[in-house]
Amino acid sequence: MSQSSQGRAKCEISFTVNGTLETVHVHAMDRLLDVLRHELGLIGTKEGCGEGECGSCSVLIDGMLVNSCLIPVLQANGTKVITIEGLATDSRLQALQQAFLDCGGAQCGICTPGMILASLHLLKKTPQPTLDEIREGLSGNLCRCTGYMQIFDAVAEAAQRGATT
Amino acid sequence: MKNAPIVGTSVPRMEGRGKVTGQARYVDDMVLPGMLYGATVRSHIPRGKIKKFTFGPGIDWNEFVIVTPKDIPGTNCIALIEDDQPCLADDIVNHPEEPLLLLAHPDRHHLQKAVEAISVEYEPLLAIFDMKESEALQQIIWGADNTFKTYLIEKGDVDSVWQIADHIVEAEYTTGAQEQLYIENNGMIAAFDPQHGLTVWGSLQCPYYIHKALIKLCNLPADRVRVVQMETGGAFGGKEEYPSMIAAHAALLAMKSGKPVKIIYDRMEDMAATTKRHPSRTRHRTAVSKDGKILGGEIDFTIDGGAYKTLSPVVLSRGAIHAGGAYYWPSIRIRAKAVATNMPPHGAFRGFGAPQSLFALERHMDRIAQVVGLSPLEIRRRNFLEPGQTTTTGQTVNEDIDLSKLLDRALELSGYHAKQKVFAQENQQSARKKGMGIAAFLHGAGFTGSGERFLGSIVGVEACADGSLRILVSSTEFGQGTNTVLCQIVAEALGVHYEDVAIAQPDTHEVPNSGPTVASRTVMVVGKLVQSAALGIRKTLTANGMLGDSYSPEEFRAACRAYVAKHGKLRSLSQYEQPGDIVWDEEKYRGSAYAAFAWAVYVSEVTVDLTTYSATVNDFVALQEIGKVLHPVLAKGQIIGGVAQGIGFALYEKVIWENGRMKNGQMTNYIMPTSADLPPIRPYFEELGNAHGAFGAKGIGELPMDGPAPAIVNAIEDALHVPFDSIPLLPEDIFASLSKNETPEIVAATARAQE
Repeated sequence: MSQSSQGRAKCEISFTVNGTLETVHVHAMDRLLDVLRHELGLIGTKEGCGEGECGSCSVLIDGMLVNSCLIPVLQANGTKVITIEGLATDSRLQALQQAFLDCGGAQCGICTPGMILASLHLLKKTPQPTLDEIREGLSGNLCRCTGYMQIFDAVAEAAQRGATT
Repeated sequence: MKNAPIVGTSVPRMEGRGKVTGQARYVDDMVLPGMLYGATVRSHIPRGKIKKFTFGPGIDWNEFVIVTPKDIPGTNCIALIEDDQPCLADDIVNHPEEPLLLLAHPDRHHLQKAVEAISVEYEPLLAIFDMKESEALQQIIWGADNTFKTYLIEKGDVDSVWQIADHIVEAEYTTGAQEQLYIENNGMIAAFDPQHGLTVWGSLQCPYYIHKALIKLCNLPADRVRVVQMETGGAFGGKEEYPSMIAAHAALLAMKSGKPVKIIYDRMEDMAATTKRHPSRTRHRTAVSKDGKILGGEIDFTIDGGAYKTLSPVVLSRGAIHAGGAYYWPSIRIRAKAVATNMPPHGAFRGFGAPQSLFALERHMDRIAQVVGLSPLEIRRRNFLEPGQTTTTGQTVNEDIDLSKLLDRALELSGYHAKQKVFAQENQQSARKKGMGIAAFLHGAGFTGSGERFLGSIVGVEACADGSLRILVSSTEFGQGTNTVLCQIVAEALGVHYEDVAIAQPDTHEVPNSGPTVASRTVMVVGKLVQSAALGIRKTLTANGMLGDSYSPEEFRAACRAYVAKHGKLRSLSQYEQPGDIVWDEEKYRGSAYAAFAWAVYVSEVTVDLTTYSATVNDFVALQEIGKVLHPVLAKGQIIGGVAQGIGFALYEKVIWENGRMKNGQMTNYIMPTSADLPPIRPYFEELGNAHGAFGAKGIGELPMDGPAPAIVNAIEDALHVPFDSIPLLPEDIFASLSKNETPEIVAATARAQE
């Protein structure tokens, strides 16, 4: 939880979230994670460690994969942010979600939104990744349930189904 | 009418859609109007008398709700096995991070500063931090002798075997604490109003454990305490008992303030304050004949329970019963003991004592093999339990298990022999030493002995107005697949569509007590009860002439709909009754310890790099017999996930203690395996079936935690020809051990590595 935000003036920050322009009145140093969850009600982005280690709070900012617990909301000003809630409207991305379901890539589900966004980021860069590229691409996202193998299967399956074409 | 089978197929995960779209609701996603945020003031010392609290300057304390032990309406304890653990320490502190006071405030940003502004004055008392100090009674910190529980398991005349033994093999093995590291931290919300009573919502495994604890703490009647499980982001045993503490804290703040209160731990608090796997020490002394037959043995198994009893007696029991593993012991004496230290209480973690005692045993089998001059494979073959033989508690193996055949298949799947040959060659020239290791083991499903009889679990199935079915159990989903598999069982039992079955959110006002979701019991024990309750629905429909002997899923649904329209309600309950062939003597600790065992042989291929001294697992084969596989994708997921945690237990995850306090309580310095660290983990199944489980299923949740650590450490010994008997085994530990055990081969290889 951000202590730094106390006693400071709020400011207006605008950014596009999942295709919709949002303006929030917040402390500049508030974490993007908290703004998404508390101000915008986008609860699909999860907090696991609060120090950028687990990747549960992963979102895309202008196509870059970031840990939203490390991003002061000021830094998101004027950007395009994609969260897990932004995927279901995009048919390409539904393929990735479906592959996670089919292959057993989601167990407890808490790392899943971040893991899916990391997978999406990987597939956009590398539409047909090798197993090593998948391992590397997801290595910033921790999962304690699956042992990762079925997540690798899901990403490979999504690639095969043309998740990004 | 024969429908396509549902059991044995990988139907979609029941709550999967919510999870992949981010719509699933976990406790931190829930907000109640007027809600306050709670925080816990904790002890910074391991042991002492509390003298005084000082509420520091710079904080408007009037804004805070403050709870002290005086605010507890009932008994100041977290009721579990014995009521020795206070909800808030009163007078005496017994471990670091022990809860002392509670705070709540409408703005969560104000809490941390307030917690830090409270200083506590203590009169320190001497503390003890390990099993040795505890056993030496350096300080008496619990009861008369620092001992939470002891067990003695005896079979045959072990005292007579030492004279006839050709070899006596003795060694000591230890395992460290391990953090469950579910990715969702612990959290609870409580709300209280005098009319309806207390409700808590949270991340948890066992709704009725919390229910029991809150009744005693808050002095409320059972029907005015309600516990609801939210979607739970991983548990692994780590949300078996500590959620009762957090629920208690949220409840006290809610009762005092009259407002809903949310407590969400951050990672560091969760790591430092909540339970971990018990550290253990196992001493083996084994009498062996020259042809490698075990004649008998003594096993001393000791675990560090931390400052309060909590679940230690049960963890100890499972560890002790599994200590003899999958082998035939003509005679044995197992002494087990759980001791107290001034550490936060250790608790449930997948495997529950068995990974500790099986690590020791499976390392010891390799040591025996060396002493006798046999291969690790051959020593196991000569001692495997066979049908008709008895386990260490005298339970007869009455299923058709052939462990030698299981071993053969695992060796084949892993390419064991071919690889060993290649490694023997390559290792001579390389600074990257490779090795193969195996572990053969078993894991009992369900509560031990008479445990299931005492639980007397009840489940329900009801028909809804639209004709669909709903399962009523307190068994929780936290990733393992409870929801999906129980719905499969009902659909299969009744020949209805999987989509026509749902499961109620665990809520003690809505569902009966089907027992805790632990001990690999849900599919086997609860599943069987759910199957029976489902059949009760059909029986009612046919008895009322609303359903014929043969029907389609649509006809079944229509019959349910018609019955509910006419009678208002159709509900079928089923309660556990112990089968006649399960007999257990709690006094002597003899008899049928478990209704069923799952059996496994795991094979690990490892590389140790003599430049970095790191050990890496290259390939992992996990072969198990688990009765019937009800859902292949979920079953594989359980095995792979368990093996990954086992690899962490062996090679990565080390809790650094300083005066009883975890120093590395962050994901940056407590290292669990990432996607880049793990080898291909390859699960395979044998399916013998099981009379006690739904459609022949056995429990599998904990099994995969038992085998990886010994299989890996055995492989490291195979690679280096130096024994390691302690985990976690980090590069610095390998380095230290090699420096002490410098064989010419290692010296030469190290020199080459450093060239």
